[in-house]
Amino acid sequence: MALTGLEIYKQLPKKNCGECGPPTCLAFAMALAGGKASLDSCPYVSDAARAALDSAAAPPIAKVVVGSGDTVIELGDETELFRHDKKFYHETAVAFLVSDTLGEAELSDKVAEINQLAFHRVGLEYRIQMVAIKNDSGNPETFKNAVQTVASNTGLALALISENPEAISQALGPVASRKPLVSAATEANWEQMVAAVKDSGCALAVKAAGLDNLAALVEKITGAGYKQLVLDPMPDSVSRAVADFTQIRRLAIKKKFRPFGYPLIAFTQAEDPLEEVTEAAAYVAKYASVVVLKTTDRAALLPLLTLRQNIYTDPQVPIQVEEGIHEVGTPNENSPVYVTTNFSLTYYSVEGEVEGSRIPSHIISVNTDGLSVMTSYADGKFEAEKIAETMKKYGIEAKVKHRNIVIPGGVAVIKGKLEELTGWKVIVGPREASGIAAFAKSQFA
Amino acid sequence: MKEKNTGRVAEVSLGATTAEGGTRTTTIVVGGDTALPFHHFEGEVPHRPVVAMEVQDIVPSWPEHLGKYFRDVWDKPGEWARKGVDVYGADLIYLKLDGIDPEGANRSAADAVAVVKEVLQAVGVPLIVVGCGNTEKDNEVMEAVAEAAAGEKLLLGNAEQDNYRTLTAACLGNGHSIIARSPLDINICKQLNILITEMNMPGNRIVIDPSIGGLGYGIEYAYSIMERSRIGALQGDKMLSMPILCTVGYECWRAKEANSPEEEVPEWGTQETRAIMWEATAASAMLQTGAHILLMRHPQAVALTRKAIDRLMQPNNY
Ligand code: SF4
Repeated sequence: MALTGLEIYKQLPKKNCGECGPPTCLAFAMALAGGKASLDSCPYVSDAARAALDSAAAPPIAKVVVGSGDTVIELGDETELFRHDKKFYHETAVAFLVSDTLGEAELSDKVAEINQLAFHRVGLEYRIQMVAIKNDSGNPETFKNAVQTVASNTGLALALISENPEAISQALGPVASRKPLVSAATEANWEQMVAAVKDSGCALAVKAAGLDNLAALVEKITGAGYKQLVLDPMPDSVSRAVADFTQIRRLAIKKKFRPFGYPLIAFTQAEDPLEEVTEAAAYVAKYASVVVLKTTDRAALLPLLTLRQNIYTDPQVPIQVEEGIHEVGTPNENSPVYVTTNFSLTYYSVEGEVEGSRIPSHIISVNTDGLSVMTSYADGKFEAEKIAETMKKYGIEAKVKHRNIVIPGGVAVIKGKLEELTGWKVIVGPREASGIAAFAKSQFA
Repeated sequence: MKEKNTGRVAEVSLGATTAEGGTRTTTIVVGGDTALPFHHFEGEVPHRPVVAMEVQDIVPSWPEHLGKYFRDVWDKPGEWARKGVDVYGADLIYLKLDGIDPEGANRSAADAVAVVKEVLQAVGVPLIVVGCGNTEKDNEVMEAVAEAAAGEKLLLGNAEQDNYRTLTAACLGNGHSIIARSPLDINICKQLNILITEMNMPGNRIVIDPSIGGLGYGIEYAYSIMERSRIGALQGDKMLSMPILCTVGYECWRAKEANSPEEEVPEWGTQETRAIMWEATAASAMLQTGAHILLMRHPQAVALTRKAIDRLMQPNNY
């Protein structure tokens, strides 16, 4: 929430000395509001005014960085309660919990398994972000060794989970440059925890049961000068988590309540791996910046990561694939040719079904500005002329010997016109992508 | 920080007991919320969301991972429904009349009525009945169904923007409620509610089906449409304040992710678990954005979703 020039002006010394560049304090305030000047140019601004202005200009939820190098993860920096109001910016980081009670071999195997957790669907790669090592042993030495084992076996970001400042201090030393997330500071340990992470500048989770206690603890820690924070209100049920996360997000965004202006971390409670994922789905929808999971079951993670991608998609931008000729399998000069739009949901439904038919094919995606078949047709963006032009532009006639093209059933009416324009035989395909497999079998098998 | 909402989602009651002029042994009320989903701390969430399991009037071409649970009963809609309720814990039954499709088995209205009666006899829970998607045939069949089950307080669908009059009249005349289905578009959703209420259908006898789109195939559009309608309802917009039905099972089982064997895509993991979770994760997301009735298919996805609802219905007052 940016301040207006007048709001800034109220905080300035009103000397109108001109030393900042512009001739008056008001002109300087206007330049500041427009982002064209820096407060540092005024030598007379009071510390109180500077603090007030800095905090008012800060984003409602701070951006907190975890990891380093190729695995930098940005958390927070969100501005909305509802994705339809603009968008959600930094998708939930997914972390996997491992225990420091595992033997070294077991631990390396587990980490190797986590390293492999990447998924490909609809032309996208879904990645996971972190390995979270938990100090179940209670022993700082064991914890340090486990963290070392994990660190040397993964490029993923790390999270160190212990409430023992001594354990954190020891384990953090060798891996501090990787900027792990440290969890957690509590009412009992916060001073030592802050001391342990201070030099590295690592993100520190702050944990307290209940919103009032959490706010009070955050204020103590920020009061002591540490601000790389992540919040954990310790909900004791999924229902409580939904309520707490909503309150924290609301107060941060609508009231600019500073103690809650940090990203949220959620730990799943369910023991059953599948229940755990339905629980995590709620946290992805409801504002968690980090969710810590126990299960590594791919079959359960794929849907969760798909949901994350859906929720964090920009609602204003229709998602598109590149215009042109796409190949499914290794098509040759006799392979079928389909045409559809460049709206990615349409395109990938078609591609998925064509793939499912097990007949290598060409799919031409026409640039319809990311609109689906019927919407783009109604909008004049999927007419015979446009399709003919795209076919020509990408040289489909050089890729196949036959002259047959399949159009979506919903635009059967353009068949005559398209045949006239191209000289190709137009085959009317099914209305729904789901009909393509059966259609392909009867036409091309 | 509590939001003060002036509006409320309409309460729709489904099913009528003998005392109420029907034959149901249990009835269901959905809606009535005065807050965002599961925000018990600032409003009322008087009724838990419910799971409807799908039954068809014709043997469906469902994949093996569903077939193994239903094959023994799916040629007997009554027993199929009973298995859904008694064995898998369905709150109610969603009977899909795909058998009447003129381009398929083309069963008659009389056949459909017989199936509806068979299911009503077999189970005591409320019933949703939805046509095949062919407007002319649906109108003919649903009129017959509405009459034959007069007083049962069924939920009948689907009314659409260019075909709502016949079904609305049939529901009005026989005491049923209606599903208003719109194609992922909040303006059409609202417009259709206006059209149906203009025929004197009360708002508490309409359920919205926003066409959710599948997980990974556009569900985020539905997510935001539902979130916007709930916000609209809470601000007092009566034409957006109907409870919402999400066809989660239908969307899930046409996705590639529910149907590709693990050998084909090893990195996607075990096929059946993946399909179950495709359905349960979508349901979980829909619950967070305001679903009242979830149409589902896989027994384990149903069980997971019912547990998720139990957890979310726990109080979270401050
Ligand atoms: S230097 Fe500071 S006091 Fe002087 S005119 Fe600029 S803003 Fe005002």
